[in-house]
Amino acid sequence: MAVTVTAGERSVRQRPGPAPVRRSRGLRRPPNVLAGLGGFVWLAVIILPIYFVVISSLRSQAGFFSTNPLVPPTDITFDNYLLVLQSGFGLYFLNSVIITVSAVAATVAISLMAAYAVVRGNGRFVRSTFSVFLLGLAIPTHATIIPLYYMITRTHLYDSLAALVLPSIGFAVPITVLILANFMRDIPNELFESMRLDGAGDWRILWNLVLPLARPALVTVAIYDGLHVWNGFLFPLILTQSADKRVLPMALWTFQSEFTVNVPGVLAAVVLSTLPMLAAYVLGRRHLVRGLTAGFGK
Amino acid sequence: MTVSTASTPAPALVREPEGRPQRKGASGLLAVPALAFFVVFALVPLAGAVVLSFADWDGLGEVGWAGWRNWSGVLTDPVTGQALLLTLKIMVVSWLVQTPISLLLGVFTAGTQRYRALLAVLYFVPLLLSSAAVAIAFKAILDPNFGIGGAPGLGFLAQDWLGDPDLVLYVVIFVIAWQFVPFHTLLYQAGVRQIPTSLYEAATIDGASTYQQFRHITLPQLRYTIVTSSTLMLTGSLTYFDVVFVLTGGGPGTATRLLPLDMYLTGFSANDMGGASVLAVILVVAGLGLAFVLTRFSGFARMSSEQEGL
Repeated sequence: MAVTVTAGERSVRQRPGPAPVRRSRGLRRPPNVLAGLGGFVWLAVIILPIYFVVISSLRSQAGFFSTNPLVPPTDITFDNYLLVLQSGFGLYFLNSVIITVSAVAATVAISLMAAYAVVRGNGRFVRSTFSVFLLGLAIPTHATIIPLYYMITRTHLYDSLAALVLPSIGFAVPITVLILANFMRDIPNELFESMRLDGAGDWRILWNLVLPLARPALVTVAIYDGLHVWNGFLFPLILTQSADKRVLPMALWTFQSEFTVNVPGVLAAVVLSTLPMLAAYVLGRRHLVRGLTAGFGK
Repeated sequence: MTVSTASTPAPALVREPEGRPQRKGASGLLAVPALAFFVVFALVPLAGAVVLSFADWDGLGEVGWAGWRNWSGVLTDPVTGQALLLTLKIMVVSWLVQTPISLLLGVFTAGTQRYRALLAVLYFVPLLLSSAAVAIAFKAILDPNFGIGGAPGLGFLAQDWLGDPDLVLYVVIFVIAWQFVPFHTLLYQAGVRQIPTSLYEAATIDGASTYQQFRHITLPQLRYTIVTSSTLMLTGSLTYFDVVFVLTGGGPGTATRLLPLDMYLTGFSANDMGGASVLAVILVVAGLGLAFVLTRFSGFARMSSEQEGL
């Protein structure tokens, strides 16, 4: 896909905040009632399910089966959350953190190197590298799971966290390289040339020039990659098995079969598993939003 | 020409360009780790799928040779045809549902009004949820007895949404839209913000109505965004898996057994990895073919991605 996010990065940095369509005051038109109405209808579509999940997670099990599902419970209970926390949630959470942090760190590091090579290198090798990564964007992950399962079982990596990290890196690399490469093309040539003239090698240029200048782009891709690894379901489903290797999306799935009729308990797990991303959203909404559309913005 | 190759690891791969002796390129070796990961964990498995589609393997034992047996088996299986048809159906209907909603919401949220900015913050919350979380939440919400249909006045929502083979596909389409419309809204919002304000100012002076401005400025200006978003949506619909898997498991019966789900169930439930690999190859061919056709027809040399379904 068009990996053009970064052309705008700079201008965004100069102007604080996104620059929305600004209409001069004199031309202000009457409020668009129809649009507003539609906006609130969609809000209901989005919020109602979330509201249902949150208030249901605060009900007692008996309360869940007997009351109006849209009225908040009068006797709020946190027992469901306690139950989830006592059912190994901490471990699953930690597993998710471990795989997300290691996959993202590795992806970003090697992609930064590759993007630098692609942008600043010359010769046929780096040029074809770029096309190979472009091709990578069109490969559906799902189509590779069976050979991947074969490789992982034959190398005795099955049911380990490494089995989740390694393919995640492989699939995150193409888009990450493309986004970073696009950003790096905007770094003025003179900066590289002058460092070269000072006798700096690739590593020093990467460390002292590219790394600091590419910070915004790195944050963006890290969020994009991180969200995918954190929420990923397919790899854990086919490449892990035991409880001590379980990550959050899998944990939700197993809670669902373990708790069976304890729906409030399952929903409490859903809420708990979403809290970290929600916190990230509250703290760095702009980065997150930019990360989500990384590579597809125009 | 500097001679500072000291810290450059093995410049053997970098050929000096004849035309521009001034520029010393970065070492191509720096691309090797990323390339290695991508080749080993994406390209090799891709080739592996083709190989395994001719293999006889139950997922545990030794791998044997099957010849064309898997192919003839899968291609004559009526379930395959149904999976393909379902996938096509969900692709078209999802596009028809999600595109207008995302486009309108994108235009809506690009506005400067305070309340719109506030709504936008809430609109994007579904993006934070994992597919598993979304599916589990909707399973509870759609429960005919204890779900949202139990609320007074909402009794019409008390249907056996996930158990009725005629309803379930539309439920899946709705849940997928719930999950992915926010992403496409973001794309359209960004697209609208790129449109020069002067166009609207001129139109307002000329007395164009809001609708006329939308029809004659916003829509034409958004055509590349429409192409981008549609490409992602259509190719992404080949990879709807997680939500459907948790929500319905492909059922009831085979009512929601989409292509990726058919592949998973053939491989990991029926232990026929060979047959599943055939379906994987079909999936790849369909994905690449679709990407090719879309980029051709849109006259747009942009590669597509399946990011949406990851």
